[in-house]
Amino acid sequence: MIKVWKVEVAVVGGGAAGMAAAAAAAREGASVLLLERNTCLGGVLDQCIHPGFGLHRYKEELTGPEFAFRLHTELEKARVEVAFSHTVINVNPQKPEILAVGPNGLVRVQAKAVVWACGAWERPLGHLLIPGTRPAGIFTAGLAQRLVNIHGLLPGRRVLILGSGDIGLIMARRFHLEGAEVVGVAEIKPFPGGLLRNVRQCLEDYGIPLFLRTTVSEIHGRDRLTGVTLVEVDEQGKTIPGTERFIKVDTLVLSVGLIPEIRLLEGFLSCDHVQRGPRVNSFWQTEHPWLFVVGNALVVFDLVDTVAAVGEEAGRFAARFACGEMQGEPCVPLKRGQNVAALVPQAFIPGEPARLFLRVIRPFPKARVKISPVYSKVHLGLRPAEMVEIRLSSEATAELQRCSEATVEVHPQ
Amino acid sequence: MRLVCIACPLGCELLVREDSGRVLVQGNRCTRGEAYAREEMTDPKRVLATSVKVLGGDYPLVSVRTDRPVPKRLIPEIMAFIRTLRVEAPVELGQIIVEDLLGSGAKLLATRTVRRAD
Repeated sequence: MIKVWKVEVAVVGGGAAGMAAAAAAAREGASVLLLERNTCLGGVLDQCIHPGFGLHRYKEELTGPEFAFRLHTELEKARVEVAFSHTVINVNPQKPEILAVGPNGLVRVQAKAVVWACGAWERPLGHLLIPGTRPAGIFTAGLAQRLVNIHGLLPGRRVLILGSGDIGLIMARRFHLEGAEVVGVAEIKPFPGGLLRNVRQCLEDYGIPLFLRTTVSEIHGRDRLTGVTLVEVDEQGKTIPGTERFIKVDTLVLSVGLIPEIRLLEGFLSCDHVQRGPRVNSFWQTEHPWLFVVGNALVVFDLVDTVAAVGEEAGRFAARFACGEMQGEPCVPLKRGQNVAALVPQAFIPGEPARLFLRVIRPFPKARVKISPVYSKVHLGLRPAEMVEIRLSSEATAELQRCSEATVEVHPQ
Repeated sequence: MRLVCIACPLGCELLVREDSGRVLVQGNRCTRGEAYAREEMTDPKRVLATSVKVLGGDYPLVSVRTDRPVPKRLIPEIMAFIRTLRVEAPVELGQIIVEDLLGSGAKLLATRTVRRAD
């Protein structure tokens, strides 16, 4: 017989977003069950042993495990039930009901609200369609990080990193410190993908070169990687013939993007075509009012502090929804305008305070961010690697009452 | 000279000039930027985070960091020293692994808990 677990709020995923959501929902007075597939909480924070976390939330610089410990302490205080080693295998599209498999078999969780906090997965080599062989020695950055930081294994001796996202930059430093030779970081765009502070303290500090407008055009090697061909690209991202050069490496580390983990929801949720996460309103609520999505499962955030803050908000709203204090509120859709890449949420609830996150498509030294008719402000130094966060008061969003939709635009100044 | 501040994720781009012995900093959005730029011009320091081998633990490693920034020039030497270390499980978060890292005055602290393997 399947065990049935009745609870007000079910949270799926015990990383930063899930822990913060579960603790917040419990503090609102809801009964909360947190489902985690691993045997411990913390998610990817566990392997992120570098400092840089918590400056906003805890006003000090913590490492990933330290940040996870703080959230864990909050969770314990808030009396949240945690089901470890439970993997969710199905979400009912009609109602807040989850099927999970745990050490004692199947479990059916009947909730009143669900918070989805499953994080993101790494874009693998198969997505990149790079010609050549498929030998051993090719790793995603997160996997390499897990091998080095959790298992104490060094995946290779001479490494090229493809992609200059933060994880790639951090792994360049990690490989260097552990005694491997990092020949460089190749980035197809004309600007680095990660935070500038990481370019500074992960590459420049250790003399690791960053090759901009460069990508890998061929993989070489039969059993183990023997090298890659690097090639330069033009403004359109097309390879420039004649610029190919062979680089001898035994390891290729991919840091080429993260994709929200929502595969169990895809059949019944409409998703944003740019960031590939679900569409939500400013309560972090999907088109199914009982289903909330937070953290990197929604959009890939820069900072875990933000992930925790958004998780907390969603947890609070989920608890209110579960207690019947909130329905599916009428929303004003928010459209992506000029120069806007990532954007969440995609709808505002007029008269409620809102937080908006966006990414620009390319760097702008100075640009006006406009959400007509409620917001218009000049921002300095906008970069795709750094999310812009905008907070709107309830008075500001109340002005949207009369509008059928709003558009977010970025105009260079 | 141009520098990117690493004190927080904002990553302010600093313009640092030396004028008759005084270091002038522009572009910083907070006071930490100024302190960072001054230190960067004289003796750059970084918090070092890495891991140490654990004996008899439920994890093979314990993640560690220095309790304060250490001179960048000492990092290769410190890494070589840390590689020789072994600690016996259990290890508590915050536990001091090394009291004074190669005379830098920095402590090496565990950043996670590792239990004894059963």
